[in-house]
Amino acid sequence: MKVDNSLPLEYSTEENSLKILGFWIFLGAEIMLFATLFASYFTLVNRTGNGPTGAEIFEITPVLIETILLLTSSFTIGLGIHAMRIGNKKATMAFFFITLLLGAGFLGFEIFEFVHYVHVGATLQTSAFTAILLTTLGTHGLHVTFGFFWGLFILLQIKKRGLTRETANKSFIFSLYWHFLDVVWIFIFSFIYLKGMM
Amino acid sequence: MDFFERFAVPHPSFLIYASMVGIGLTMIAIVIGITYFKKWGYLWSEWLTTVDHKRIGIMYLLSALLMLFRGGVDAIMMRSQLALPDNTLLDSQHYNEIFTTHGVVMILFMAMPFIMFFFNFIVPLQIGARDVAFPRLNAISFWLFFMGMGLFNLSFIIGGSPDAGWTSYFPLAGNEFSSSVGTNYYMIAIQIAGIGTLLTGINFMTTILKMRAPGMTLMKMPMFTWSAFIANVIIVFAFPVLTVALAMGTMDRLFGTNFFTTVNGGMDMLWANLFWVWGHPEVYILILPAFGLYSEIISTFAKRNLYGYKSMVASMVLISLLSFFVWAHHFFTMGQGALTNSIFSITTMAIAVPTGVKIFNWLFTLWKGKIEFTTPMLYSMLFIPLFTLGGVTGVMLAMSAADYQYHNTMFLVAHFHNVIIPGVVYAMLAGLTYYWPKLFGFMLNEKLGKWTAWVLSIGFVLAFIPMYITGLDGQARRMYTYSESTGFGLLNMVSFVGAAIMAVGFVLLVYNIYYSTRYASRDISNDPWDARSLEWATHTPVPEYNFAITPQVNTTQPFWDSKKNGHQLFKGKIEKIHMPNNSGLPFIMGCFFFVFGFAMVFSMWPLVIIGLIGILACLAYRSFEKDHGRYISVEEIEETETKLRGAKQ
Repeated sequence: MKVDNSLPLEYSTEENSLKILGFWIFLGAEIMLFATLFASYFTLVNRTGNGPTGAEIFEITPVLIETILLLTSSFTIGLGIHAMRIGNKKATMAFFFITLLLGAGFLGFEIFEFVHYVHVGATLQTSAFTAILLTTLGTHGLHVTFGFFWGLFILLQIKKRGLTRETANKSFIFSLYWHFLDVVWIFIFSFIYLKGMM
Repeated sequence: MDFFERFAVPHPSFLIYASMVGIGLTMIAIVIGITYFKKWGYLWSEWLTTVDHKRIGIMYLLSALLMLFRGGVDAIMMRSQLALPDNTLLDSQHYNEIFTTHGVVMILFMAMPFIMFFFNFIVPLQIGARDVAFPRLNAISFWLFFMGMGLFNLSFIIGGSPDAGWTSYFPLAGNEFSSSVGTNYYMIAIQIAGIGTLLTGINFMTTILKMRAPGMTLMKMPMFTWSAFIANVIIVFAFPVLTVALAMGTMDRLFGTNFFTTVNGGMDMLWANLFWVWGHPEVYILILPAFGLYSEIISTFAKRNLYGYKSMVASMVLISLLSFFVWAHHFFTMGQGALTNSIFSITTMAIAVPTGVKIFNWLFTLWKGKIEFTTPMLYSMLFIPLFTLGGVTGVMLAMSAADYQYHNTMFLVAHFHNVIIPGVVYAMLAGLTYYWPKLFGFMLNEKLGKWTAWVLSIGFVLAFIPMYITGLDGQARRMYTYSESTGFGLLNMVSFVGAAIMAVGFVLLVYNIYYSTRYASRDISNDPWDARSLEWATHTPVPEYNFAITPQVNTTQPFWDSKKNGHQLFKGKIEKIHMPNNSGLPFIMGCFFFVFGFAMVFSMWPLVIIGLIGILACLAYRSFEKDHGRYISVEEIEETETKLRGAKQ
C-alpha cells in the first residue's frame, strides 16, 4: 500500500481516495433519489383527497427547532473534521459527540412532529399528499437515523484505534454524508414547509 | 393450515405442478451432487466468498444463461399459445403471468447480468487494473442481484407469479385488480436486485475513473470500457428513480397508501412516468455496452483501429443524455397533450442521429479492412442490418401522431425485440464467443458457432417480421388469444415456427459449449484472435492479480502496438501485489436480504424484522471489521508467471 504523506490523512492511500470518490458518486445517486421524491411531492402536493392540506397541519415551531439542530450539527461535524485534520483526537471525539447529540435531538423532534400529524388525521393512508409528505420526510429521517448509528460506530472506533488512516477516512466520508443530509433538509424546509405554509 | 394457504399458487395448472417437481428434484440433485463430490468447501471458499472480479463475472454469466433458458421457455409457451386462433393451451391468467415474467426475466435477470458479466470480467483487464475499486462491494452487488433473481423466480411456485406486465402499470398492479402476492414479488425482488445494480454502477464509475493503467487517458480507453463507463453513469442516475417508484408501489400494496390508486388523490400516471424515467435509460444501459462489444469485435476482425473514435464517444455521451428526456414516448396515447407529445417525439427521433453515427463508424471501420469472418464477426455483421431495421421502426413509433395506430400492438413488440435481439442478445453471444478463450482456455467451435448465428437469425426474422404486419393490422399485444376471423392465424403460425427455430439455435449453442469443452484444443495462445487491447496481453487463464507488472499505455490499442510497433507494455520489475481478502459477509447479507424480501412479500412482519436486523448487523460488523487485505509475494508471482508462460506460447 503506497502512502502519500503530503496529502491529508483521509486521502493518504489509494484505497482511501477511491473510497472518497466512490462516496461522492453515491451522493450523486442520493441526489437522484431525493429529486425523485421532490418531483413526486410537487406532483401530489395538491391532491389531498379528503385529507388536510399542508397549511392545515404544518407547525413552524418544531420545524424551526429541527432546522436549527440539524444546521448546527452540520457546523459541529465540520469542526470535528477540522480537529481531525490537526490531529486532535479529543476534540474530534467531542465534536462528533455533539453532532450525534444534535442529530438525536432532531430525530426526537421529528418523531414528535409525526405523532402530531397522526393525531390531526394526516396518516400515511389518508391521501396521496400525506403519503408523499411522510415518505419524503421519513426517507430523510431514516437517513439521519442510519447516520446516527454509523457516526456512533465511527466515534467508538476513533476512541479505540485513534486517528488512523482508516478512521480518518471513515470520519471524512461520514461528514460528507452528514452535510448532504443538511442540504436535503434545507430543500425540505424551503419547498415543503415554507412553501406549504404560504 | 391457514398459515400455509397463503403460499399456494392461486391459478395452478399441470405445467406449474410439473415445474415444481422439476425444480424440487433439481435442487435435491444439486445438493446430493455437491455432497457426494465433497465440493461444499470448494464452493464456499472459491465461489460464495470470492471477491475476485473474474469469478464474480462468471457467476453473473451462469445466472444469465439460466435466466435465458427460463425466459426462453416463457417465450416458446407464448408463441405456442398464439400459433393457432382460439387456442386453449394456456388460459388468460397463465398467459398474463408468462408475458410478465418473460419481460422482467429477460431484461432484468438475463440481459442485465449478462452485461454485468462483461463489465466484471473485461473492464478491469482492459484498463490494466488488479480488480475493481471496491471488490467487497462488487460481491455484495452480485449477491443482491442473485437473491433478487431467486426471489422473483420463486413466485411461480410459491404464491403465484406477477401478472400485471413487466411495466406493472397502476391501477392494474394495485391491490384491487392484482390481489395475489405476485406483484409484491415484482416490487420487492426488483428492488433488491436494483440496489445491487446501483452499487455496481458506483463501483465501476470509480474503477474506470481512478484505476486506469499509466498513460491511459480517458480518450485512450478501449471503446468497451467507454461504453461501460457511460452505462454505469446512467445506472447511477436512473436506478434511484426505480428505487423510489418501487418503494411507493410496495407501500401502496402493503401499507394501503394512495400514491398510485384512483382514490384520495392518488395518481396512477405517476407510476407510468417514474417507471419510464428509469425504464428508458435502462434500455440504453443494455444497448451501449453491446455497442462497445461490437466496436471491439469489428475492429479486431477488420484488422483496423476503430474509425471515428471521438465521434463514437461523443455519440454515446449524447445518447446517454437524451435517454433521460424521452420517457413519455412510452405512453403517447395517455393524454398529456399535443405539445408534450411533440417535444418527446423530437427528442426520441434525435436519438437516431448519434446511433446512426455509430452505424456509419462501424461501416467505415470495415472499409478496406482485411475482414475475417469469425463467429463473433458474423454476429456483428448480422447485427448491423437487422438492428438498423429495428431502429427505423423505432423512428416510426417515435412519431406521436402515428403512434396512435401502433400503440400497444404487435408492431411495438416486433420493434423492441428487433432492437434487443440483434442489438443486445447478438452482442452477448458474440462477446461470449470472443472472450470464451480468455475465460476458459479453449475456443468454441467455429463451425457450430456460425450455424448458431445463422439459425438464430433465420428464426429471428421469421418470428418477428410477421408481427410488424399483424401489428399494423391491429393485433393487440398481451392478448392471450384471437378469433379466426381476424386472419392473424397464418402469420402467427410463422412466428411460432420462427420461435421454434430460435430455440434450435440456442440448443446448438449449448451443444457447442458441450462439444468444445470435450474436444476443443487446449493448446491455444493468450491471444487467439490477434486482438488489440490489454485484456489479451495477460495469460490464459488470467492469474488472480491480472497483470504481474502494470502495463504502460501509449494509444487506444496498446497491445496491438506492442505486437506490431515495438511498444513496450511491461516495464520495470515484479513487486509484491496487494489483494483483497475473501469474505463470507456479502453472501450472508444477501441471504438476509432474501429472508427480508420473502417475508415482505407475504407481510410476515416478525420475519421482516429478523431479516432487517440481520442486514443491519452485517453492516455494523463491516464497520468494525479490520481487514487490510493480503500481499502476494514476488516469489509467488514469479512462480505463477513461469508456470503460465511455460504452458502457452
